[in-house]
Amino acid sequence: MSETKDGDTIPITVEFTGGLEMLFSNQRKHELKLPAKDESEEPANIAFLVRYLCENVMKDPRKDLFVLDDSVRPGILVLINDADWELEGEDMYEIQRRDNILFVSTLHGG
Amino acid sequence: MSSTLIIDSLRKQISSCEAQLKDLRRQLAEAEQLRRQKQEKERLGETTVANDPLDHDMNYGIADAFRSEVYAALSPLAEENVMRRSWPLEKAEYKRYGRQLIMPEIGLQGQLRLKNASVLIVGVGGLGCPAAAYLAGAGVGKIGIIDGDVVEESNLHRQILHSTSRVGMSKVESAMVFLSSLNPNVQLTPHPSRLTPETAIPTMKDYDLVLDCTDTPASRYLISDTCILLSKPLVSASALRIDGQLVVLNNPPLPPGDPKGGPCYRCVFPKPPPPESVVSCGDGGILGPVVGVMGVLQALEALKVLTRTPEPPSLTIFSAHANPMFRTIRLRSRKPKCAACSSSATVTAEALTSGSLDYVQFCGAVNPVEALRPSERISAENYAKVRMGVNPFTGSENRREGHVLVDVRERVQFGICKLEGSVNVPFSEVARTPVTTTAAEVAQMPNRLDGDGDDRKEANAKESWVDELRRNPDKPIFVVCRLGNDSQVTVQKMKQLGLDNGGKRWIGDIKGGLRAWRESVDLEFPDY
Repeated sequence: MSETKDGDTIPITVEFTGGLEMLFSNQRKHELKLPAKDESEEPANIAFLVRYLCENVMKDPRKDLFVLDDSVRPGILVLINDADWELEGEDMYEIQRRDNILFVSTLHGG
Repeated sequence: MSSTLIIDSLRKQISSCEAQLKDLRRQLAEAEQLRRQKQEKERLGETTVANDPLDHDMNYGIADAFRSEVYAALSPLAEENVMRRSWPLEKAEYKRYGRQLIMPEIGLQGQLRLKNASVLIVGVGGLGCPAAAYLAGAGVGKIGIIDGDVVEESNLHRQILHSTSRVGMSKVESAMVFLSSLNPNVQLTPHPSRLTPETAIPTMKDYDLVLDCTDTPASRYLISDTCILLSKPLVSASALRIDGQLVVLNNPPLPPGDPKGGPCYRCVFPKPPPPESVVSCGDGGILGPVVGVMGVLQALEALKVLTRTPEPPSLTIFSAHANPMFRTIRLRSRKPKCAACSSSATVTAEALTSGSLDYVQFCGAVNPVEALRPSERISAENYAKVRMGVNPFTGSENRREGHVLVDVRERVQFGICKLEGSVNVPFSEVARTPVTTTAAEVAQMPNRLDGDGDDRKEANAKESWVDELRRNPDKPIFVVCRLGNDSQVTVQKMKQLGLDNGGKRWIGDIKGGLRAWRESVDLEFPDY
């Protein structure tokens, strides 16, 4: 993980719902300071955020309930500022200051 | 006391109905008499005279009340004219739907659209019950209800069409009883069986709109695919614990390959979730009003689909403890390579009806856990004997203090009921515990390197239950859970963690969990 001084981070809000919060210390809303650059000095995008969450925020060892084959597992919607990430470039979307990223696990009960 | 009240009330209702019936018979006799009179007059060729000398006097010369009486006595023809006037709705319908009829969003045109519409509700559970009630109430002309289940006691806190006296009845039949009494104008069609790929098209083809009120990924894909094949819009909702989700799909319902059509379930979720991530209401819990809200919203979206032009696709998520409780998210349009609704779709009517599409296999299933050898398991009856005295494994005297009973249900369930002397280690904590738990190994884990104080606290908490069990290295450990699955996984984990001292200490689970305990040892143990 690269060294993160305050100037090199992006403040963002990450939220989990639909049961995903259980993998993240039962906390729905996380205010994060995400490193502005990823491992290869590229601007932080969603793919990097997902790796960052796995390595730094998620304390549950059951990573496969969140990621599968290096991407968010099927059944989880990623929403960037209240829009489906498919409208924003999926995991290539470059994260901006104060973005709200919401991970929604689909429910099936009825 | 209350049953006396019910009996009295039923007696009153019966005598009131009998009085009503008598009144209706009287009215029928009068109406028939009236018709005979009219037919008689017609036969005699009686016509009104253009220049009736009575006209002047009738119009200008007498009191209005008397005029009405004279008209009524003299002229059944006037009444016939009024009766011939045909209104688009039945008389009673103006009254029944009046409160929504006067709204610009509905109006007469909207009400007629509802009256001419047919809606299929798949599943009359927590979502389908309120949805069906509001659609029947609103005057949707035809409502089909499909469900293969019977009413259970544990349904009643949220499935508002069913009742205590109808436990054991099929859900479809029970829903029919409620809905026909709510609104006898609605034509109800029962489909008392589960929807299958073979029956989906014939079942759904005659409806204008479908509501997915089911509770498994397999049924959700099946319903969405069928809606695409039949060009029907779909209102889909789901709920669990305190969360709910709602989405209107295939709206507008344009043919596959038309990018202007609304997205389908496969556009949004091309791959099903891993089966182990799917939690049912029976396992995860559900708050009645939460699923109720989602069902009511489905009815609302259904009314909108039937009376308004489509809006851009969106997903509404509800969370009872969030502020705001509702969020609406803009969704993608149709996926260009969607397996169901694109021009390169592989889901076809032939594939569906021939049964070659296996939705259960597509979504996968969690098999019952069979992780332990028979020597690592004990039946509830034999465990009861262990608690009484003799240990069947060692033959030695035993007491409750002679072993450790670990209950791995979550804390809330443990709080509802437990076996005396059991200790609680929630399965979520067991699952969270890494197999490498020595302090040195935790420190070496790369993910933990830049962890803060919380991380360390968390790691310590995880270890504490393991340490606790290490404290008495000789006492055998019995693991119990609700049904006997998590207990097996826990036994394996405990052994991986070295709690069995290389096989010196017995660790095993109670087969069938607390359900087996209730069924074969203690009938009074609560069943929730």
